[in-house]
Amino acid sequence: MKIVVLVKEVPDTWGERLLDLETGLADRVSSERVIDEIVERGLEFAISFAEQNDGTEVIALSMASEEATGTLRKALAMGADRGVLIVDEALHGADITLTAQVLAAALEHIGFDLIVSGDQSTDGAGGVVPSAVAELLDIPQLPRLATVDLNEKEVTGAHVTDRITLSLSAPLPAMMSVSERFAEPRFPNFKGIMAAKKKPFEVLGIAELGKDISVLDRPRSIMTEIAGKPPRESGVKVIADENSGRDLAEFLKKNQLI
Amino acid sequence: MTNNILVLLDVSADGSLAPSSHELLGAAESLGTPVALLVGYSEHRNALAQAAADAGATKVLLADGDDGAYVVPVVDALAAAFELTKPDAVLAAHSDLSKEAVARLAVRVGCAVNVDAVNVTRDSEGVVAHHSAYGGAYTVASSATFGAPVITVRQGSIEARAGKQPLASEALTVASSNRKSATISSVTIADAPTTSRPELRGAKKVVSGGRGLGSAEKFELVEELADALGAAVGASRAAVDAGFVPQSFQVGQTGVQVSPNLYIALGISGAIQHKAGMQTSQTIIAINKDETAPIFEIADYGIVGDVFIVVPQLIAALKR
Amino acid sequence: MNMSENSVSQEDFVEILGGLRQFIREKVMPLEREIAEGDAIPESLRSQAKDLGLFGYAIGQEWGGIGLDPVQEAELAIELGYTSLAFRSMFGTNNGIAGQVISGFGTDSQKETWLEGIASGDIVASFALTETGAGSNPSSMRTKAVTTKSGWSISGEKRYITNAPSADVFITFAKVTDDAGKSAVEVFIVPSNSPGVTVGPHDKKMGQAGAWTADVHFDEVAVTEDALVGGKSGVGYRAAMTSLAKGRITIAALAVGQAQRALDESLSYAAIAKQGDDIIGNFQLVQAMLADQQVGVSSGRSLVLDAARNYASGADTRIGPSVAKLYCTEMVGRVADLAVQIHGGAGYIRDYFVEQIYRDVRLLRLYEGTSEIQRLIIGSNLVKQELASN
Repeated sequence: MKIVVLVKEVPDTWGERLLDLETGLADRVSSERVIDEIVERGLEFAISFAEQNDGTEVIALSMASEEATGTLRKALAMGADRGVLIVDEALHGADITLTAQVLAAALEHIGFDLIVSGDQSTDGAGGVVPSAVAELLDIPQLPRLATVDLNEKEVTGAHVTDRITLSLSAPLPAMMSVSERFAEPRFPNFKGIMAAKKKPFEVLGIAELGKDISVLDRPRSIMTEIAGKPPRESGVKVIADENSGRDLAEFLKKNQLI
Repeated sequence: MTNNILVLLDVSADGSLAPSSHELLGAAESLGTPVALLVGYSEHRNALAQAAADAGATKVLLADGDDGAYVVPVVDALAAAFELTKPDAVLAAHSDLSKEAVARLAVRVGCAVNVDAVNVTRDSEGVVAHHSAYGGAYTVASSATFGAPVITVRQGSIEARAGKQPLASEALTVASSNRKSATISSVTIADAPTTSRPELRGAKKVVSGGRGLGSAEKFELVEELADALGAAVGASRAAVDAGFVPQSFQVGQTGVQVSPNLYIALGISGAIQHKAGMQTSQTIIAINKDETAPIFEIADYGIVGDVFIVVPQLIAALKR
Repeated sequence: MNMSENSVSQEDFVEILGGLRQFIREKVMPLEREIAEGDAIPESLRSQAKDLGLFGYAIGQEWGGIGLDPVQEAELAIELGYTSLAFRSMFGTNNGIAGQVISGFGTDSQKETWLEGIASGDIVASFALTETGAGSNPSSMRTKAVTTKSGWSISGEKRYITNAPSADVFITFAKVTDDAGKSAVEVFIVPSNSPGVTVGPHDKKMGQAGAWTADVHFDEVAVTEDALVGGKSGVGYRAAMTSLAKGRITIAALAVGQAQRALDESLSYAAIAKQGDDIIGNFQLVQAMLADQQVGVSSGRSLVLDAARNYASGADTRIGPSVAKLYCTEMVGRVADLAVQIHGGAGYIRDYFVEQIYRDVRLLRLYEGTSEIQRLIIGSNLVKQELASN
């Protein structure tokens, strides 16, 4: 079985994240780049499936800048078999539909039985690219699975949202994503780190995907304005005493918050 | 230009119109003529259509759903409604199902997508979506290079409400696209929470607790205050990691992002991760023993003290 | 340095070190209090450490280990020293003397029997040297091994044996006296389930909660002939002495890691704690303490890495490791003391990690040769060198 994991690189959410106010794009220099943490859970699923099922190939696919090599290598260190990175000048600042078109073309180029994506990424918080890719590829999608059961023919799982659980199933080829409720990802172990360097790693441009993808022939979303918000200023800060609760209740009342 | 704004409405687990509908129709009215689309829920159809009209839909399109197929029937209905209404924009809640449906619509009919908008406006060029990026540290406006944009709207972010409209509903004929979808073999709806506590997502008031609460038992203090205020309950990632509450309570960059009128943080230090999920709240109150906790930097009202002393005082004062 | 095919490239090592640093910060440090209060390493953490490869980083790749060289090992140990020392202690004996004795000097069959399990962490190897009245110094040892028809019979009592309660195998030191009455210390591989082996209750220690030590009793424990390390007399003892020297560099490295942590904790405290309207970090007397801590950390780090390089090249396998251990373990004692001082009353409270560091590092000056023993090794070897060069 061929499982392709869509690896998204994001700024580390534990650090201060910056947008470039000229281009409106993520400032890659000033934020540390890491694999999106929900994607790591997806990788964990794919890799542990491969460990238990001989003949499974796990491919990590990413569309990003050249610097994403490092993060994709981490996917290989975790245990993916090979990496494919799509890099193209024309994709700088790509919006959702363009990203989806390129990923769909790359997936057709690579071939797949199952596509695994994250649920939603921690930076764009969109979580819609995988759906758009599934639409373009005309394959069933099983998003946000808290549990997964996969075999050679079919994937089933529990799709869990706030109060509703759906049991979903689809024959392969299909696309699925895991949710934050899914198993913790592993740390790349020392042997995995050493092995990652020896694994195949391809860098491809749009032209090499065998599809004619134009940025201009479809409507795209463009950023027209961007501003850094002035940091929120702190208000009053008091040391607790026996009247703190009463004072706070009055503050809430005065500001019509209760 | 038809001036139509096509609005995909969500339905809550109990079969009523989702709260997001009021915001979406309010936003749509500020842009043009709100035309609502409801897919499925045939047994509640009349009540839902009426509720949509009450919330400002000038027309309600009713499409049959398919309970056994995931998302694709909604996309097919959207495509038919798009064809029929030729809208200037498509609005949907940034909810799990709706965002997927409209993203699929966008690539199917060839539209630009903007997700997780906190406001929408219209200028001479068309409809503009406004976003709050990276947890509110930046504001970004975006629009489509051409054509009608598809926009998902963050729940709880739009104040505008549309006036009541007379009910005008119409059955929508949908041709199946025959695109492949996952099969839904069963649906389980968890019991509604026993308290009348609002859902975290989209709540107007939120009380959250952090690791400072100390244990799952002691976390009840957060719930007590929430109930006294009629607020939803949230938690920091640290509290979730410590096992005080389930992960669905997590407010933050990787949890639920909220922008309520009132956010009360109890025993939460205010890591960037957490702030990213709540700093667009209108009024932030923080109570924490540690006076150096970063949460105080963004709090409108901070109390340096023990939550187990201050909060019972507050609850008592509220009940008075 | 010998860069064989099985060595770890510097490029890979940088990533390994980065991965370990992330692991320590995200997985180990949040559990520090749990380890201290529960006096145990949580099983889930043990299994993660096992998956990561921590049980065999110093054991060759041919046995499933990682095969770090001594310099890389020292750098890794500095990282490991940044958190609860009990964490490193869990796999310290596998990588340390116990594993080194077998991988460096064992017979092929001994290697095949034990090393893969030791490298993976499936087997916990423990090092049984210390006795009452015979510290880490083997000459006055009372545990004896006598030959039997089928091998050896070992009797004696060992003290403060690290990881004894969880050990699967003891690398055991015992005195053998030949027919002529001449005695020598030999090293035996003794499975912990051998009849006659009993492990006492684990010791109640001043610090390093979560790292267990205990007495081990050997009561006429019968082992076969091939239990003798290296298969012939004399090999194991030399092996152990070589391994002990390398172990001293590791202890020195751990001391540097703890000192770095004590400094970082002190700095973050000094940057937020206020006296009056000013943070204490702005007080010059506090700055002086921070400066002294930094000097200790920087000099200790340089010394450890220098000792490791000279050990690896063979230029100095005796004096350098003892110099590093003596200096760094004394240094961390001072740095930890300053950390408590900077924290003021808070430094005496268990909520603050420096209180634990203060107690935990005390052991570093005692085990694998006290500071006094290090001084004797350094001094005597200096004189020996001088005499030899004359």
